[in-house]
Amino acid sequence: MTATIESPRSSRTQQHSRFNFEKWGWIYMRASGVVLIVLIFGHLFVNLVAGAGVKAIDFGFVGGKLSQPFWQIWDTLLLWLALIHGANGMRTIVNDYAANPLVRRIFKGALLASALLLILLGTLVIYTFDPCPAGSPAELLPSFCAAK
Amino acid sequence: MSNAVLENRPSVPEEIPTFTATLMIRRFDPEIGSEPRWENFDVVMGGTDRVLDALHKIKWEQDGSLTFRRSCAHGVCGSDAMRINGRNRLACKTLLKDLDLSKPITVEAIKGLPLEKDLIVNMDPFFESFKAVQPFLIASSKPDKERLQSPVERARFDDTTKCILCAACTSSCPVFWTDGQYFGPAAIVNAHRFIFDSRDEGSQVRLDILNDKEGVWRCRTTFNCTEACPRGIQVTQAIAEVKAAILSGKP
Repeated sequence: MTATIESPRSSRTQQHSRFNFEKWGWIYMRASGVVLIVLIFGHLFVNLVAGAGVKAIDFGFVGGKLSQPFWQIWDTLLLWLALIHGANGMRTIVNDYAANPLVRRIFKGALLASALLLILLGTLVIYTFDPCPAGSPAELLPSFCAAK
Repeated sequence: MSNAVLENRPSVPEEIPTFTATLMIRRFDPEIGSEPRWENFDVVMGGTDRVLDALHKIKWEQDGSLTFRRSCAHGVCGSDAMRINGRNRLACKTLLKDLDLSKPITVEAIKGLPLEKDLIVNMDPFFESFKAVQPFLIASSKPDKERLQSPVERARFDDTTKCILCAACTSSCPVFWTDGQYFGPAAIVNAHRFIFDSRDEGSQVRLDILNDKEGVWRCRTTFNCTEACPRGIQVTQAIAEVKAAILSGKP
C-alpha cells in the first residue's frame, strides 16, 4: 500500500499583472546606462576637448550646436534618458529608505513632478531655441547669424 | 611502524602561548533597559581559540547572563552568525589570532532582524522569506529508483547547495536593513538551488515569486552578501543568475 502525500504548499497566488514595473525599471537602468556612457562622454569630448577645447564655449557655441538636428537629437536623448535614469534611481532609494507610506508618496510625487517638468522645459528649449535673437551684438552670436 | 609514530610523541604537551583578548560586546536585556549598551570583557585565550571560545569563557567564568546561539560550534549548523569587528561572520570559524588584538574586538548581533537579547535576534522574518521561495523539490513523476542527473547538471547549482541558513548574507544586505520586505540573499540562494536543478519542475513558480516588487530586482549588487558568506558562496552571482533566468523566462 502506498501512502499519498499531498503537495506541501499550494503555489502562491499571482496578484500581479504580467507587466512588472520593477523588472522593466531594472532593464531600463542597464540599457539607458550603456547609451548614456556614449552620450555623456561624446558630449564632454565635443564641448571640452575637441577643437579649441573648453575656451570655445559661449553663447555662439551652444547656439550653433542647438541649431543642428544631429545635436538636437543627441541632447534630447541625453536629457530624457539621464533624467528618467536619475529619477528611477532616486525612486529606488526612496523605496529603500522612506518607511512611512505618506512620506514615500510625497517623495515619489515630487520626483515625478520635477522629472516631468525638467524634461518638458528641456525639450522645449532644445526645439524652440533661437540662436540669433534680434538686437544682440554680432560678436556674441554664431557665425551663420550674420548671413541673415 | 605505527608504534614508532606513537613513541615519537613528546610526553609533555607543548605549552600553548596565551594572550589577553578584550571583547566589546553589545549587550541588550529587554527586561532591564530599552537601549543596548557596550560591555568590555578581558579573557585569557590561546592561539587556537576562536571568538566562540572567548564567548564561552565569558559566559562560563565571568557573566552567565551573556546570551548567544550556538549548536555544532564547527561551522555547519549556522547558529552563531554575528557581527565581529563590523563584519558578519560565524563566531565558531573566526580565530582570535586573525583579528587585531591590540584593540577590543567588537561583537554584536546581526543587523536588520529584531534584537531579542544580547547576540540573539528573531529569525522568523528570515525563515519566512526562505519558506516563501518553496525550497523543496517539486516533481510530478515518481521514479522507480532514483532521479538521474549528470555530473554537469549537478555542478550547475553546486555552489548554492552549500548554504547553512546562518543569515550572515541577508543581515549584511543594506536593502534588507532598510526594507524588511525584501526576500534577501539567502532566500534567493535557496531558490537558485532548485531553479537550476534539472530534477525540479517548479522553476517557473519560483521565478514568478522572485519576479516581484520585493524580489530579485531590489538587489543593488553591493556584494556585501558574497563577502559575508562563511561558506564562500558567490551569492551576488547566484542572484544575477536568477535575474537572467527571469529575463530569459527559463533557467
